[in-house]
Amino acid sequence: MAIPNNPSPEKSGLFLQIWRSIFPDPLIPRSDQARKRYLFKNLILHFRPLTVPEKTLKFSLTWGLGGMAAVLVLLQFGTGVLLKFVYVPTPVAAYSSIEILQNEVAFGQLIRNLHHWSANLLVLIVFLHLLRVFFTGSFHPPRQFSWVIGLGLFSLVLIANFTGYLLPYDQLAYWAVTVSTGMLEYIPGIGAWLQETVRGGTVIGSASLRIFFALHTAVIPVALVILMGFHFWRIRRAGGLVIPRTPGEEIDEPPVRVATLPNLLLREVVVASVLIAVVILVSVFFNAPLGKPANPGLSPNPTKAPWYFAGLQEMLLHLHPIAAVFTVPLILATVLLLLPYVSYDSDSRGIWFASHKGRRMAVIAAIAALIVTPFLIIIDDFVIEPGKWLSGLTPEIRNGLIPIVILVAAIMGFYLMMKWRFSASNNDGVQAVFVFIVVSLVVLTIVGVWFRGPGMKLVWPLR
Amino acid sequence: MPNNTEETGMERRTSRRRSFLNWLWLGLGLVALAEIVWLVVSFLRPRKPRAKAGGFGSVIETGTVDSFATGTVTAFPRGKFYLSRLENGGFLALSRTCTHLGCTVPWFEKEKKFTCPCHASAFDITGDVINAPAPRALDVYRVFVENNVVKVDTSIRIRRTEFRKAQVTFPRKP
Repeated sequence: MAIPNNPSPEKSGLFLQIWRSIFPDPLIPRSDQARKRYLFKNLILHFRPLTVPEKTLKFSLTWGLGGMAAVLVLLQFGTGVLLKFVYVPTPVAAYSSIEILQNEVAFGQLIRNLHHWSANLLVLIVFLHLLRVFFTGSFHPPRQFSWVIGLGLFSLVLIANFTGYLLPYDQLAYWAVTVSTGMLEYIPGIGAWLQETVRGGTVIGSASLRIFFALHTAVIPVALVILMGFHFWRIRRAGGLVIPRTPGEEIDEPPVRVATLPNLLLREVVVASVLIAVVILVSVFFNAPLGKPANPGLSPNPTKAPWYFAGLQEMLLHLHPIAAVFTVPLILATVLLLLPYVSYDSDSRGIWFASHKGRRMAVIAAIAALIVTPFLIIIDDFVIEPGKWLSGLTPEIRNGLIPIVILVAAIMGFYLMMKWRFSASNNDGVQAVFVFIVVSLVVLTIVGVWFRGPGMKLVWPLR
Repeated sequence: MPNNTEETGMERRTSRRRSFLNWLWLGLGLVALAEIVWLVVSFLRPRKPRAKAGGFGSVIETGTVDSFATGTVTAFPRGKFYLSRLENGGFLALSRTCTHLGCTVPWFEKEKKFTCPCHASAFDITGDVINAPAPRALDVYRVFVENNVVKVDTSIRIRRTEFRKAQVTFPRKP
């Protein structure tokens, strides 16, 4: 593309010369051509494409989720850097530095609230983004590896949240991190070694705080930036987002494209502004929780893992620890990683829920999971005592292997039955299984967060 | 760049040498990578905690044999353990860390058991599991009696699956 040279600054004044050396182009481009040039020459904007397929601007394709995640990450960087000026990462001083932050630093409480709420929102948004990408078939070639990078980003967001969880060093933080890192011990072979490395010793203490602080404020932010860059670059290499279409509609090649500036950027700015406004509003009215200072001698009852690990903790109540913290997560991670590499019957890129059948099957799978999961939890809590009628077996087999084999077999049976009943493609079948597993995990998380009271007994939350 | 014509002997030898050197570089690169990983992991490994005298990690003097009644449990918060005196007069030093996920278990005198507040695991006075999900008995520390004083070595935590008589230390009969 021919870009005309800048007007020579020879005959202008010094101020104008300096101004033009920084901003060679007009700040507000008026024509389409000028806008394209502006985008191309701007340091921050030039990683965006000049044009995007027009149909991908549709809000109901993306719900703005990926963009929201990026905005929240930036918000985390901004507020996190500020917090770093006040926070002291030692067991003795950490808690009081949070008190100083909240009571003496101007806007300290607000900044902490912003950091807290946008961190939690980020987990939720990234999860929804993952669902959006899956249900619009955006993992089909050429976007297979983008899915894998996305999973990496999701893990990073979880680790960022988890390492940040310890830092206030209150009772909530101390014991949530104790039980969460306690889970590591059950990983066969390297569990104890890994746990000791993560904690920097046998118990949570000053070494743990140093390690978590270093991870939280240096390692993870850098890794996030690198992986995010990779993620965005892959989107561009794939020619933008998937183009939404209805079932049966062909993919139009080549798609009609429109200029990124203003069409996409304007929409992004609107979504970002609304999001930031919501986060600020929440942060003004709701304070981030801060319990009593950490006391290693007194575990509160109940002690719960952070909400995003509550599903895992709920599983721990029902399965043998090796199954709950190692086998099941390993199976789930493998399934997630391999999802884009299944050989699918059709290319359902851009079609919400793959097909008409797929939609119906997804609804059935969701309802099935909504019934089966609470049912199993209640049965296990009140009825079954496998110790009695399977007493000849070791706990690993009785509470680990047997339930897992039954669950995997049940899910495979569900897959085959759904495929046969609807004579559906494997796109629809895999999607139904995915829906079933995701809804089950959501139910486990909800039960773990709201339905578990003292002694981890089932309670009714609204009383 | 070699074209598609037949390779001369010299070219073949050169290319073989080249591919050998390429493999060598690759191997060296992998060795260097392994070294860096090893260095980073060793750097990040926890150091041995320095025990303060009388604190956790050292040998702690708990008191004279007679100061502990049989069938009682005494907490030593600084040493992070409980001293159990069993009905038969023997001593056990129990770690206060639940073997399920690492919460601190309090002793309930009325019910004569340790109950974990996190997931309701329960242990009896010997540290044996009476209520799952805890997978094994509470860890123990070595107890020894010197000049009628009960001492506990908190430097090494001993894992065990269940309570056995051999774990109990008996004071010598006067």
